[in-house]
Amino acid sequence: MITLEFLVASAIGVLVAAGIYLALRARTFQVVLGLTLLSYAVNLFLFASGRLTLGGAPIWQKGVTGYADPLPQALVLTAIVITFGMTAFVVALALRSFLETGTDQVDGDDEPRDDDTGGAL
Amino acid sequence: MNLADHLIVAPVVIPALAAPIALLVMRRKRRLGVGISLASCALMLMTALVLLGVADDGAIRIYALGNWPAPFGIVLMLDRLSGIMLVLAATLSLIAMAHSVITRADRDGWHFHPLFQFQLMGLNGAFLTGDLFNLFVFFEVLLIASYGLMLHGQGRARLKAGVQYVIVNIVGSSLFLVALGLLYALTGTLNMADMGQRVAAIGPDDQGLLRVAALLLVSVFVLKAAVAPLHLWLPRTYAVATPAVAALFALMTKVGVYSIIRVVPLVFGENAGAAAFVPAPYLLPAAIATAIIGFAGVFVARSLAEQAAYAVVGSTGTLLIAVASWQVETLGAALYYLVHSTLTGASLFLVAGVVARRRSGFAEHASPGPVFAQRQTLGLLFMAAAIASTGLPPLSGFIGKLLILKALVGTPQWGWLWVTILATTLIGVIGFARTGSAIFWKTTDDAGTAQPAANTRADLIAPVAALALLASLSAAAGPVTAYTHAAAVQLLNPATTARALLGVP
Repeated sequence: MITLEFLVASAIGVLVAAGIYLALRARTFQVVLGLTLLSYAVNLFLFASGRLTLGGAPIWQKGVTGYADPLPQALVLTAIVITFGMTAFVVALALRSFLETGTDQVDGDDEPRDDDTGGAL
Repeated sequence: MNLADHLIVAPVVIPALAAPIALLVMRRKRRLGVGISLASCALMLMTALVLLGVADDGAIRIYALGNWPAPFGIVLMLDRLSGIMLVLAATLSLIAMAHSVITRADRDGWHFHPLFQFQLMGLNGAFLTGDLFNLFVFFEVLLIASYGLMLHGQGRARLKAGVQYVIVNIVGSSLFLVALGLLYALTGTLNMADMGQRVAAIGPDDQGLLRVAALLLVSVFVLKAAVAPLHLWLPRTYAVATPAVAALFALMTKVGVYSIIRVVPLVFGENAGAAAFVPAPYLLPAAIATAIIGFAGVFVARSLAEQAAYAVVGSTGTLLIAVASWQVETLGAALYYLVHSTLTGASLFLVAGVVARRRSGFAEHASPGPVFAQRQTLGLLFMAAAIASTGLPPLSGFIGKLLILKALVGTPQWGWLWVTILATTLIGVIGFARTGSAIFWKTTDDAGTAQPAANTRADLIAPVAALALLASLSAAAGPVTAYTHAAAVQLLNPATTARALLGVP
């Protein structure tokens, strides 16, 4: 039986693994994708830090004792806004850097590799 | 609540207002925009000085934003450490801003002044906040502004370094959020003092998770402070940034050190049970490695700007060697050295920038070139900055290092710490002597590269001002060390801070 906790935890794990793999690649576009996946994972993780509850009252309801924690939701909202801005900026910067330097290698290698594997074997 | 109580929020509000106004005014009336920006920096300096005086009575002042009570709302906190950092930020910003205006570096792009103000807002906010998530938000504010400032002036080298800088910091921010999530899940609070009290009550089952959270949090701060092995981004980035911007960035690495000094005693202090001073055993070796790598970089650097960047890394290492002992004496000495090393880093970048302006074509390399304007004056300025950086008398570096060495006696392995600090000093001296003699003493008769007629002396104002501040820091060492010592006492007594922060009498 797959529990909610298992599902969320494994989703975060898969996102982090994929994010780290992509972030370690050599070309900016893949790195940007990796950072995006990583930030999704972080957002899910923050969301889960308030405990996973089903059908909890959001802030206050008469006669209810079990609540969903509203604070992580506020934190996630802030984090999403910030990462959205950052992602937009890093995309624009990567594009600008590619146009100006003629290479999309993260390490700034002047000679782009001719294979399209991003330098990985 | 009278007006003086509201002054605590002023260092955040002033640049937050100045930035959009400067942005709006800039297109039509350039001079007015610059004036607003400069006035904002001057106003911040005055506010910071007042706050420094106010904080000297030892009380910890709290400003509840929105008037929500402490563990629920976000609070700003003013203690001696915040006061020191605010004055440092305001002083440095005024120097950097003046230099950018004098050298006309601020005209290379439209948004220099608004970005500069937002950067200051982030810095001041980070120095004042008493809430961990708020610290993250102010980190992001100062980082976003720093991305723009770092790329200011553009060009291949800056874009290349800029991509790496931005990516490294985004990964750092993600880790920060993970650490925050873990800590919130464990303690159910984000207020630093409240967290410090609840950390002590965490059961044995969750101790492992707590250690992970603490170390993740500190590794983010260490990344911002450019401590080995996470220092690689700094020399590349700072060496290519506009000199005025690099001077301000000298403070930005110290934000990482500030966060360590602020968060570790307050959240993972001696009352934290099994998690007390969790990062301490890892911090010391990393600090030693940083000092060695930094000054080795000074030794092998190819240009003055690169050398200045490595000197910043090395000084962070020396600083953290003192911090990592977590004793009143060492922390007091460290805070003095923190003020000194920030100003020194800034003056090195400014001198390097001024020299580069006069040696076009040779700016990239510390190799002999044709004679350039005001070579003797600049040589003296460089020597003064190098003396300050390596810690030779009479400038404040000597006093700072002496205080650190004296305070370290008796701590575990203090012999090795002495060896590290003294040996890195020697390496640094040789490194600075090497580049200095190549640039200021040797000449080539290479008349093919015409030097620009830089007959203006105005661009010497900012480096001279920075070095004069170092001299006065040396002259006023008595009062300053008394203040930093009191700040260290306050920091290592987190129970008082916690009571003030939570509003418990």
